[in-house]
Amino acid sequence: MSASSAVAADVRQAPKPGPMLEATDLSVSFELGSAMVARMRHQEHLLHAVDGVDLTIERGEAMALVGESGSGKSTLARALTGLERPDRGEIKLDGKVLAPRRSRADQRKVQMVFQDPYSSLNPRMTVGSMLHELLRVHHVVPNREVESYTAELLGLVGLSEEAVHAYPRQFSGGQRQRVAIARALALRPELLVADEPVSALDVSVQATILNLLQDLRRELGLTLLLISHNLAVVRHLCDRTAVMYLGRIIEVAPTETLFAQPRHPYTAGLLAAIPRMTFEAEDDAPAVQGDMPSPLRVPTGCRFRTRCPIAQPICETEDPALTTAASDPAHSAACHFAFAAVPPPRHPVDVAAAEDVSVDALDEGVAP
Amino acid sequence: MTAAGAAGQPLLQVSDLHVEIASRRGIVHAVDGISLEVPAGEAVGLVGESGSGKSMTLKAILGVLPPEAKVTAGSVVLNGTDLVQLSGSQLNKIRGPDIAMIFQEPMSALNPVMRVGAQIAEAPQVHLGMNRRQAADRALELMRRVGIPDPERRFRSFPHEFSGGMRQRVMIAIALSCEPALILCDEPTTALDVTIQDQILRLLHRLCRESGTSLVFVTHDLPVVAQICQQLAVMYAGQIVEQGTVQEVLTRPCHPYTLGLVRSAPDVDHPRASLEAIPGSPPSLISPPDGCRFHPRCKFAEEDCTVTPPPLRLIDAGHSTACLHYERCLDDLQAEGAGR
Repeated sequence: MSASSAVAADVRQAPKPGPMLEATDLSVSFELGSAMVARMRHQEHLLHAVDGVDLTIERGEAMALVGESGSGKSTLARALTGLERPDRGEIKLDGKVLAPRRSRADQRKVQMVFQDPYSSLNPRMTVGSMLHELLRVHHVVPNREVESYTAELLGLVGLSEEAVHAYPRQFSGGQRQRVAIARALALRPELLVADEPVSALDVSVQATILNLLQDLRRELGLTLLLISHNLAVVRHLCDRTAVMYLGRIIEVAPTETLFAQPRHPYTAGLLAAIPRMTFEAEDDAPAVQGDMPSPLRVPTGCRFRTRCPIAQPICETEDPALTTAASDPAHSAACHFAFAAVPPPRHPVDVAAAEDVSVDALDEGVAP
Repeated sequence: MTAAGAAGQPLLQVSDLHVEIASRRGIVHAVDGISLEVPAGEAVGLVGESGSGKSMTLKAILGVLPPEAKVTAGSVVLNGTDLVQLSGSQLNKIRGPDIAMIFQEPMSALNPVMRVGAQIAEAPQVHLGMNRRQAADRALELMRRVGIPDPERRFRSFPHEFSGGMRQRVMIAIALSCEPALILCDEPTTALDVTIQDQILRLLHRLCRESGTSLVFVTHDLPVVAQICQQLAVMYAGQIVEQGTVQEVLTRPCHPYTLGLVRSAPDVDHPRASLEAIPGSPPSLISPPDGCRFHPRCKFAEEDCTVTPPPLRLIDAGHSTACLHYERCLDDLQAEGAGR
């Protein structure tokens, strides 16, 4: 791949000091049904998908966001991209607060690659017309350079020039994801948000897309936010990792530190749950028991306490804040015992009690 | 494969199975002559990319192929009976008490308008001749065994009131309800989160060991196979290209396709600088390439690979490969080991 002039130069210019993106107390919630009916039935009608998240992404780094489905990672990514309007908190890009409704110039700066390349591309447009439209609307390059720039973009993601005239259906899944990446890069974004970019692809194809993302980072100095549930992918690609649980970030650390020394019991469980090439069946209890509670019925105190093997009385009453380790300023965790000298003893969680909270039906609502 | 049942016969023996699908462009050879043995009490993994024929193999075993697909040759012998020869009603008597299946997406496999308890109790009523009372008691006991909390209350819930992991537990309870000798699993944990996958895999493994049930486990996730299966068959373009014990095949892959699968997935414990993708894409199953079907994507391919289809041959006790030049894979592994 020959990373060439225009795309590369533009992304690289002007290294400003300070973090690239800073989100403070960001919250996104969704309305479920009518507020009045909910009040009459003593139910919660706001689903807090993202509930007070602070996140900093440094220039040029690859940050990962991991967590189970329903933890709010995709909603957070969409809010950072400007696709979801936060109802609280602010997002700063290059030190400048972004308005809830972004200007076209601000929209350009954060671009997203979606999970499913089969539904995220317009089936009635050729790859060329898709990219041309984008470049013209945003005035990325002068009109006479649109075609050469398109060819350059396709080269950058490893597609041949003939791809310009092809429709998405003529491509395989991996190639479509390349088109989606080219589309995101066309606007020369400062931050590329990739939401599960490989999980819809076959294993052998996943590798090509992961390698492409890595090459693009190296050649363009791209800042990347990768959302994934696959921890092996995260470890392969990312410098720092944030773990989400029920709408909150519960641990952030450099990826290697996180894998070597997880501080939050949920992170530890998540790491232990990864299937490994051990060739022996494990007969002990599962790493994390029970299901994640419904975001409509967030437990009091610590959100993880219903599944936590070390939960104590304090966890029921006090919500632990994301605190930084004294020994390592890069490592933060939201657990009362994350950095305690002696962690409390592990005990088996009462699964029946834990799972009782987790009936997933959204319409069951919350007790008054 | 070695270990056979006490009677010297494997529980399930698939021989030279062919499944063809009629399509507008021609006949798709979805499964093209595979042979597989499942010894009693063992779990056999079946891995490969999408379109390699692994799901079709499962469906052919259970006799639930889509209408446009049919078994054109071969046999599926379970406990001495050839399932391919059976009529629909004869198969219905076997599905449940002898053989059961767990699907990938429990929400679409469960009946959305039937209470969960009734769905679990259905098969024991039909196959074991239980009355409603007995079947309900059995369903409650099964729900307890698969770890569904508060079964008395959950008995009357509908599938939509359950989380994905709980639905898969219901599927497992249904599969176990008539104590089959063999359970077919089609990517049962692919749609689940990693913590829930961990719970379900442990549950399946424990239950099968307790009851001596055999498994055929289809997945594309190699570490999952490593944890749950003893035997492994790797499928490519409708054929089995490598077969052996899980440990042997995954640590000493003797087919370039298996080697490619092992190297293309990032390993969480041993991150490598860059991943090795398998170039190209799977071939058309209407007119597959001559010779070895993998040769257009193979980095070790030679002249002879393009001519003769390599047979699956035994290279070690319990390890077979369909590669003419499998030594290259071993050399490559050794070179990598030295380079590390």
